[in-house]
Amino acid sequence: MLAGPVTTKPDGNALALADVRKQFGETTVLKGIDLAAEDGELVVLVGPSGCGKSTLLRCLAGLETPDHGTIRIGERDVTRLPPKERDVAMVFQSYALYPHLTVRRNLAFGLELRKTPARTIDKRVTEVAGMLGLEALLDRYPRELSGGQRQRVAMGRAIARRPSLFLFDEPLSNLDAALRTEVRIEIKRLHHQLRTTMVYVTHDQEEAMTLADRLVVLNGGVVEQQGPAIDVYREPATRFVGSFLGSPAMSFLPAEAKEGTLTVGDATFDSESAHRGPCTVGLRTHDVVVDPDGPLTLEVRVVETLGHATHAHGVVEGHPFVARLHGDQRPAPGDEVRLRPVYVHLFDPESGARIRR
Amino acid sequence: MKVLKSLGVHAIILSAVAFALYPVLWVVSLALSPNEPPGAIPWPSDPSLDALSEVVLRQDDEGTYLFLMQTGASLLVAFATAFVAILIATPAAYALSRFRFVGKDASLSALLATQMFPGVAAAIPLYLLLDAIGLIDHLGGLVLVYATTAVPFAIFQLRGAFDGIPRDLEEAAMVDGATRLQAFRLVVLPTVRPALAVTALFAFMTAWNEFILAATFLSREEIFTLPVVLQRYVGEHRAQWGHFAAGAIVVSVPVMALFYWLQRHLVGGLTAGGVKG
Repeated sequence: MLAGPVTTKPDGNALALADVRKQFGETTVLKGIDLAAEDGELVVLVGPSGCGKSTLLRCLAGLETPDHGTIRIGERDVTRLPPKERDVAMVFQSYALYPHLTVRRNLAFGLELRKTPARTIDKRVTEVAGMLGLEALLDRYPRELSGGQRQRVAMGRAIARRPSLFLFDEPLSNLDAALRTEVRIEIKRLHHQLRTTMVYVTHDQEEAMTLADRLVVLNGGVVEQQGPAIDVYREPATRFVGSFLGSPAMSFLPAEAKEGTLTVGDATFDSESAHRGPCTVGLRTHDVVVDPDGPLTLEVRVVETLGHATHAHGVVEGHPFVARLHGDQRPAPGDEVRLRPVYVHLFDPESGARIRR
Repeated sequence: MKVLKSLGVHAIILSAVAFALYPVLWVVSLALSPNEPPGAIPWPSDPSLDALSEVVLRQDDEGTYLFLMQTGASLLVAFATAFVAILIATPAAYALSRFRFVGKDASLSALLATQMFPGVAAAIPLYLLLDAIGLIDHLGGLVLVYATTAVPFAIFQLRGAFDGIPRDLEEAAMVDGATRLQAFRLVVLPTVRPALAVTALFAFMTAWNEFILAATFLSREEIFTLPVVLQRYVGEHRAQWGHFAAGAIVVSVPVMALFYWLQRHLVGGLTAGGVKG
């Protein structure tokens, strides 16, 4: 199996996983992952800790071998290939820079291992250093760099290799908030520039939304939903996806659907759904507007003032609820605010699956 | 008040320094006054380098410079012990740090157990063993004996060092295109270099200073290690303390030189946390 590339039937995808499973001892971490990415896509794997996203990434890198299923990168079945034969580059959460080598040698390490001619290495290192603004740091050691600089060296080391697939394992989690936004934009820019397929792991839903061409939401070792980020956000396939994406999270209210209306406790409002019977209504913070005649009453408990908006946390019909108000509207705790839903998500109360209209 | 405090602190420090240095100074002055031992104040009354030159330039009946031969023997044994210890302990410690295998815990306990017995306890069985393989009165035999204690110690030292290196580093190297062996050689080993230096130094010093086993297993004077040579100056019939002191100073020179040479690594080894990528 280690003899080299194994060609399987091509389907144009840069990356394809079929029924990938992985178990550590008694714990099943991946329970059959199917995933496909087109050439040049930025795929973001997002989910809470323990959902299997890092293990999945390590399977892609070849640092773990799946118990079952296949992984294909380009035309090659790499399921059982060691990392060095996969032509992937990885940016680690800890950066994992080689502490005994200068930035220059860190960038060149992968190329040196591949016996790339010295002139080519020089050219690539200069090019990557220019791309990431590392020129002045080339002769420094990792310990002499700040967190942000180390992070850029880690990315540079991956880029210098010109791999056919980039892997990012929570690369921003060790940076402070301001730097995180900056580097996030940098990654997006690099992706546009390089046009190479990237797989990016994060637990941060905002990072996931802003970066992803294709968003893959993982939970408990299974893919809850995958697709273009905006589609996943607008039409979450499950209650979990709905609550995971968006901050503050979606609020849920138990409801009863009748002909053209939804009833939540004592409140009833119009809804065009073919569904009849019990259901769970999901409302994002911005899916309601303040309306003196609105059917829902929010008893405000906590108010967060953001300036451009106000988050009112409280209770609707006995259930926790968060509404996003205009920045000029700043109710006090104890106030009651009447709300009118403008968009609702419906989920099956048993399975949590989305109810299509 | 501040001045008083500073004076007090310095007085304490100075007396501590004096306490530590006094025996050393005494030995130095003893070496320089071979005829008459110095009194309470370590200062030679009649300084002379006679004892030193007699120790260093001692010849046997055939005119061979014995001390040079013995220094050579000592250096050979100590360097060989350090080399063997590092050579065997490095891969062993790495395996114990990184891999899971049957008997891992048992072998760790066994290694620890070997450290609990004084070397002398095994002197007689070791003598029989060395005799059986013809390595009595042979420097190779001595290296073998020293390695039995140096290797387990080195394994423990280095395992700790390997444990301190994040796995990410090797994994990064492997994703970058290295085999496991290359990742070990190109990334892990250079990162633990301070620990390797410290461990080698300890193995060297243990072998360099060891007396009892060397005195038991060696009988040819020309391959005596230096501690055995020194002991011979304080024999049953006469005690040449001046020569003993002169020899002791000469013996400590290589160790001091090694410490000086390795001090950068020693400091690095003490602050090993600083290597985190």
